[in-house]
Amino acid sequence: MAGGTGDKVDWRLAAPLGLTYLAFFAAPFAILLGISFYADAEQTRLGLDSWAKFYGDAFYLKVIVDTLKLGVFAVTATTLLAYPLALLFRAVGPRAQRVLIFIILMPLLTSVVIRTFAWIVILAREGVVNQTLLALGITAAPLNLLQTELGLVIALTQIEMPLMLLPLLTVMNQMDQNLVDASRALGASKWRTFFRVILPLTLPGWIAGATLVFASATTAFISQSVIGGARLVYLPALIWQQSMVVYNWPFAAVASLTLLFTVLAGIMALGWLGRFARTG
Amino acid sequence: MQRSTFSDVTYAWAIGLLAGLGVLILIGPVLIVIATSFTTSQTLRFPPPELSLRWYRDLFDPVRSAQIHSAALNSVWVAGLATIIGAVMSVLAALAITRVARPSARILEASFLSPLILPTLSYGLAALMFFSVIGIRPSLNLLIAGHLVVIAPFIFRTTLASLTQLDPALLEASANLGASRFYGFRHITLPLIAPGIAAGCFLAFISSMDNVPVSLFLSNARTGMLPIRMWGMMESTLDVRVAAIAGVVILATLILMIVMDRLTGLTKRISG
Repeated sequence: MAGGTGDKVDWRLAAPLGLTYLAFFAAPFAILLGISFYADAEQTRLGLDSWAKFYGDAFYLKVIVDTLKLGVFAVTATTLLAYPLALLFRAVGPRAQRVLIFIILMPLLTSVVIRTFAWIVILAREGVVNQTLLALGITAAPLNLLQTELGLVIALTQIEMPLMLLPLLTVMNQMDQNLVDASRALGASKWRTFFRVILPLTLPGWIAGATLVFASATTAFISQSVIGGARLVYLPALIWQQSMVVYNWPFAAVASLTLLFTVLAGIMALGWLGRFARTG
Repeated sequence: MQRSTFSDVTYAWAIGLLAGLGVLILIGPVLIVIATSFTTSQTLRFPPPELSLRWYRDLFDPVRSAQIHSAALNSVWVAGLATIIGAVMSVLAALAITRVARPSARILEASFLSPLILPTLSYGLAALMFFSVIGIRPSLNLLIAGHLVVIAPFIFRTTLASLTQLDPALLEASANLGASRFYGFRHITLPLIAPGIAAGCFLAFISSMDNVPVSLFLSNARTGMLPIRMWGMMESTLDVRVAAIAGVVILATLILMIVMDRLTGLTKRISG
């Protein structure tokens, strides 16, 4: 019962969670796959029609590409801000670190719906950003930030940033300061030290963070639908519309599995990038 | 120390500016929502023209906000039960594979963590289809099952991390002194990994309260959940009560987080 010392998996201990996952996780995905092979919305006829319709239509292919792009943009934006924040976290004292960790965790603890809602207040036509730009005379008319990809990426950057930061902070904490000091002592500039020492050493943390951000941004249904509006269509909106509005379950299942493949492809690409960077 | 070159100065500026922008983007929206919740106006304007508690009064009005209240209660109930059941199962599962180097243990670990990266929206739809095919009607129990699957990884991960740091010599010593395995678990392992379990439970509870993808497909009008109701309020009217709900949720989470930090060193545990 104590566990922790055996060299074999104690299946009696793993069974409750394992069986729960089989019944409520693996089985639903199997059903999802099964339903995708129905040819019609009424689920009377088997066939590959739903798959053919999805992958034969330029509109749906564009939705896949846009979803992938959104994930890549979110990873890029969070990376650009998370690295400086993590470096700052390393540089300051313990008291400032506690404040920073609260700031980092705050968005994580304030519900995706609330965070999305905040961005409506900020990005709307009469929102904070437009008011500021108008007051400073930078723009003559309010900009449309909602319902644009840029607005969505900005919002997702905040929403997903903790997912990037937490693994990054973990590896930064474990990084040996001597290596950084050595690089500096040997005459490398700070930029060079960052790109040649800090970046490679923290890559595993970045990959963990990028994986979570990518997986989360591509499936962020609420943010995508509320900030993106009806003009920007990503896979999650398609899944929702096909399953709960049109009631074409086979087609929704195809879209749903496509989202799954898209995320897995992104994760595998990130893993490959990590291996490539270590050996290359 | 070294002299600072031009390149070092650009580095310091670049890092400083981006980190400042990062802090602003992280905290700004949260502060703006809180400020907006105290507005007197019907619209979500920032800064608010005047401050008042009218939207909080509306929110706590048992008649006008009855649906919000029942959705909040449903969310707390589902999150609470899913966390408790998930904790028991995850701790057992973590004990089963800790310090086991075999591939079977790695496969189990990856499977138990998979809901963290597999799209939960795909899972939500899959769960809806599954329950509909086997003929179970929507209920809070279904939601608990769905939430359990997606939040268990949080507890599993922090528990496993705590177990990995546990010194196996402690358990060997207790066994050598004649303690049974269960006695060793209860008196040595459990107290030492308790903070890890608690931190995981905290994250699991919060993420269940916040879960949209699973609740979206498994809840209906009768089993309304808080995030879904808030989404509805945002889509239809941009109801300012959403900001008031945000204020209450942020305050509650902050208190919970400070308590957890005192009890378990949560922030240290999360940042590694």
